[in-house]
Amino acid sequence: MNEQTFNLDGQEIPFAAGQSVMQAALAAGVFVPHLCYHPEFRPHGSCKLCTMKINGRPATSCTTPAAAGMEVESDTPEILDTRRILLQMLLVEGNHFCPSCEKSGHCKLQALGYELGVMSPHFNHFYPDRPVDASHPDVLLDFNRCILCELCIRASAEVDGKNVFALSGRGIKKHLIVNAESGKLGDTDFALTDKAAQVCPVGVILPKHKGFAVPIGQRRFDAEPISAHVEEFKPIAAAAPRAGDKP
Amino acid sequence: MLTDILDRHRRDGTRLMQILREAQEALGWLSPATITAIASGIGWPRAKVEGTASFYSFFHTRPMGEYRVLWSDNITDRMLGNLDLMQAMCQKLWLEPGRVSEDGLVSVDTTSCTGMCDQGPAVLVNYRAIPRMTRERVELMVELIRARKPLADWPADWFVIEDNIRRADILLGNRMAPGEALGAALAAGADAMLAEIRTSQLRGRGGAGFATGLKWEACRQARGTAHYVICNADEGEPGTFKDRVLLTRQPDLVFEGMTIAAHIIGARRGYVYLRGEYRYLLESLESVLAARRAAGLLGADILGKGFDFDIEIHLGAGAYVCGEESALIESLEGKRGVPRNRPPYPVTHGFLNQPTVVNNVETFAAAALIAARGGDWYRSFGTPRSAGTKILSVSGDCARPGVYEYPFGVSVRQVLADCGAHDSQAVQISGPSGICIGPDEFDRRIAFEDIPTAGAFMIFDIRRDIFDVVRNFIHFFAHESCGFCTPCRVGTTLLKNLMDKIAAGHGTRYDIDEIYQLNRVLRTAAHCGLGHTAANPLVHTLEKFRPAYERRLKSMEFEPAFDLDAALSEARQMTGRDDAGAHLATDTENAR
Ligand SMILES: Cc1cc2nc3c(=O)[nH]c(=O)nc-3n(C[C@H](O)[C@H](O)[C@H](O)COP(=O)(O)O)c2cc1C
Ligand code: SF4
Ligand code: SF4
Ligand code: FES
Repeated sequence: MNEQTFNLDGQEIPFAAGQSVMQAALAAGVFVPHLCYHPEFRPHGSCKLCTMKINGRPATSCTTPAAAGMEVESDTPEILDTRRILLQMLLVEGNHFCPSCEKSGHCKLQALGYELGVMSPHFNHFYPDRPVDASHPDVLLDFNRCILCELCIRASAEVDGKNVFALSGRGIKKHLIVNAESGKLGDTDFALTDKAAQVCPVGVILPKHKGFAVPIGQRRFDAEPISAHVEEFKPIAAAAPRAGDKP
Repeated sequence: MLTDILDRHRRDGTRLMQILREAQEALGWLSPATITAIASGIGWPRAKVEGTASFYSFFHTRPMGEYRVLWSDNITDRMLGNLDLMQAMCQKLWLEPGRVSEDGLVSVDTTSCTGMCDQGPAVLVNYRAIPRMTRERVELMVELIRARKPLADWPADWFVIEDNIRRADILLGNRMAPGEALGAALAAGADAMLAEIRTSQLRGRGGAGFATGLKWEACRQARGTAHYVICNADEGEPGTFKDRVLLTRQPDLVFEGMTIAAHIIGARRGYVYLRGEYRYLLESLESVLAARRAAGLLGADILGKGFDFDIEIHLGAGAYVCGEESALIESLEGKRGVPRNRPPYPVTHGFLNQPTVVNNVETFAAAALIAARGGDWYRSFGTPRSAGTKILSVSGDCARPGVYEYPFGVSVRQVLADCGAHDSQAVQISGPSGICIGPDEFDRRIAFEDIPTAGAFMIFDIRRDIFDVVRNFIHFFAHESCGFCTPCRVGTTLLKNLMDKIAAGHGTRYDIDEIYQLNRVLRTAAHCGLGHTAANPLVHTLEKFRPAYERRLKSMEFEPAFDLDAALSEARQMTGRDDAGAHLATDTENAR
């Protein structure tokens, strides 16, 4: 079989039919910044961190199907700058105080900040009012850090079959809600063993009773930058973009 | 009562928008218990139903007043004094905008453009449109509300919406009898009809200008278990109201265009997605549909040709983004109006993932004319590259606002002369997402090859401050962003904050650079057209109307290194204060 390729920043990247530009890049060992992508789920296309220039036009690489002969730019000053600004937007939209966050060192938002050299949040903080939900016996929800990637929503619906999470509101008022008339996680059938409890890229869904198990400084992204973890993000076959996919 | 509503909609989740609207009309608001009941009725997770209900401006998950007065807040309403009138109304009712009165009687607030720009200032009262508000009307309205008079007993002339047709051409002047175009189309057959549409070179009238013949052909060729025709009557772009007039004066022509499209692509079902602001049109449109069914122009075995097709009207609920075709389809399926990832496009994977044609109201009306008169005839109007006519919605500073239908190629100057505009400083064409031009460009033409437009034509004379115009538009985008993607969700609010900062006199040259930077990020990274164009009003006017900005900047050179109000924001956060007293500037919108 003849291998199909496209060009990414001067490197020929092979791809399998149905793969997105981003999946092909990751499979070839090229790290692509991302927050709403997860190898076990269909692409979502909302965080826009994976934006590239494909055949001269900006596009979301996690949702763009790879095609032979594409000219793709990713590592350019302009694109890196766009990604930095997107991270800064997320940082001011929520309340992120890394030193006091249990997820510090495991957090993809923080790790991408280091990776891309985000030195400051740049914009004025919005300081939204997002009360914490401690109603569940095993899990704490700290909405202050939610970046609205919808991974927990997708995991709960598609893997756990529970639909514990959903989005409410529109625009800048959009926020995560849980599936209970009381609005409390404790009144849902959520369990610590759910897939949805494992996928949050930031520090929203936190197990109770085990804070700071791994000391800060020895965590996942403390030792090595996130780009060195590219192996972990490689696609698995079933997650190719599917017709009519919806956020 | 809820059971009746659910049963009427066959407990079908894709009908959630209509279920929510009817439940709210019956119960006043959508309480947590109501949401739970609806969710179990349609078998959806409760949170998903809440997600839909909370997305749309016209659904309320908190108790609302018995009377809900919403002031249309397009810049044209502003220019006609809507804010003073709203203020007066609030004073008389002892009410703050956005709050429900303590007795639960009334609330007063603003809403995005309601499509009455030629007869503003306009309000919606319990989602019924009332144009031409005056001080006298405000006073009487307050009395009627205090006396709890039902809307049915309010002065009937208040609810009269003028058509204001100032110039009619082939579309607005159409006098064909219902069925004439459809008869011609069915007699010619689907292949020949599609060829006529292609010959006509008709392009979509909703903004993007895609070739209608190509779209229909692609949909016809797409495989699926069913095909659908959708008429986009969301008309949310501020300053646009021509679809409202078409649906009032030429509904048969629009429905006929949809039926012809259905025949070509092989659809049995069509939907009109009517914006919630046009709720008042629902009954009259339903009766036109009923008459068409009775005349054999809709329903089973149309005109005895064995062709079945029917049309249903779905109401939106206050969300501009639902004009974007894939967001519209999501909404039509009962979901949050979020634009889909593309490809695939609606022509192959649209409503219920089936091949779907989505076209603007005016596109369908034009298609019906083409069916009756032929593609060559249609192409004889307009310019070689823009066939046919275009209906403009003219508003703002002119003597005769209203709708004007011209063959493509008309100059901006001609339109200004026809509508009696003097001392015009700027014209905003195709709404906030379109372009703003000054007098040196008034010889440019309305055409796909020069200035393409979905129809809005807002005029500002030399008395107007362009900064106010732009600020109004930026607020609009921030309010209407669906929130799906990072750049638009956060970026439109950042732009809004920058505009408010400049308005409050705290802006510097640095902020202008920020605007360009945000524009670049929105252009490259936003998910849909709303985000792509959200900074357009700024980018178009920063060059052409620079004094409007410079006047407000502290200094073009001086940059204060330390912004005290921003520094205080941390303190505000810690003390949980965000009231006006905790800010230096009077503008509390700045800090959210
Ligand atoms: C934010 C946004 C809002 C839109 N609003 C409308 C609208 O109100 N009416 C409309 O016909 N098209 C609107 N469109 C364009 C539609 O997506 C689509 O292109 C159009 O309905 C296709 O019909 P046409 O080919 O007949 O123009 C909008 C697009 C965007 C991005
Ligand atoms: S809680 Fe975490 S996984 Fe869920 S949407 Fe927010 S950031 Fe994403
Ligand atoms: S650009 Fe704005 S409106 Fe469009 S998907 Fe993104 S957030 Fe929603
Ligand atoms: S990873 Fe592609 S948009 Fe989030």
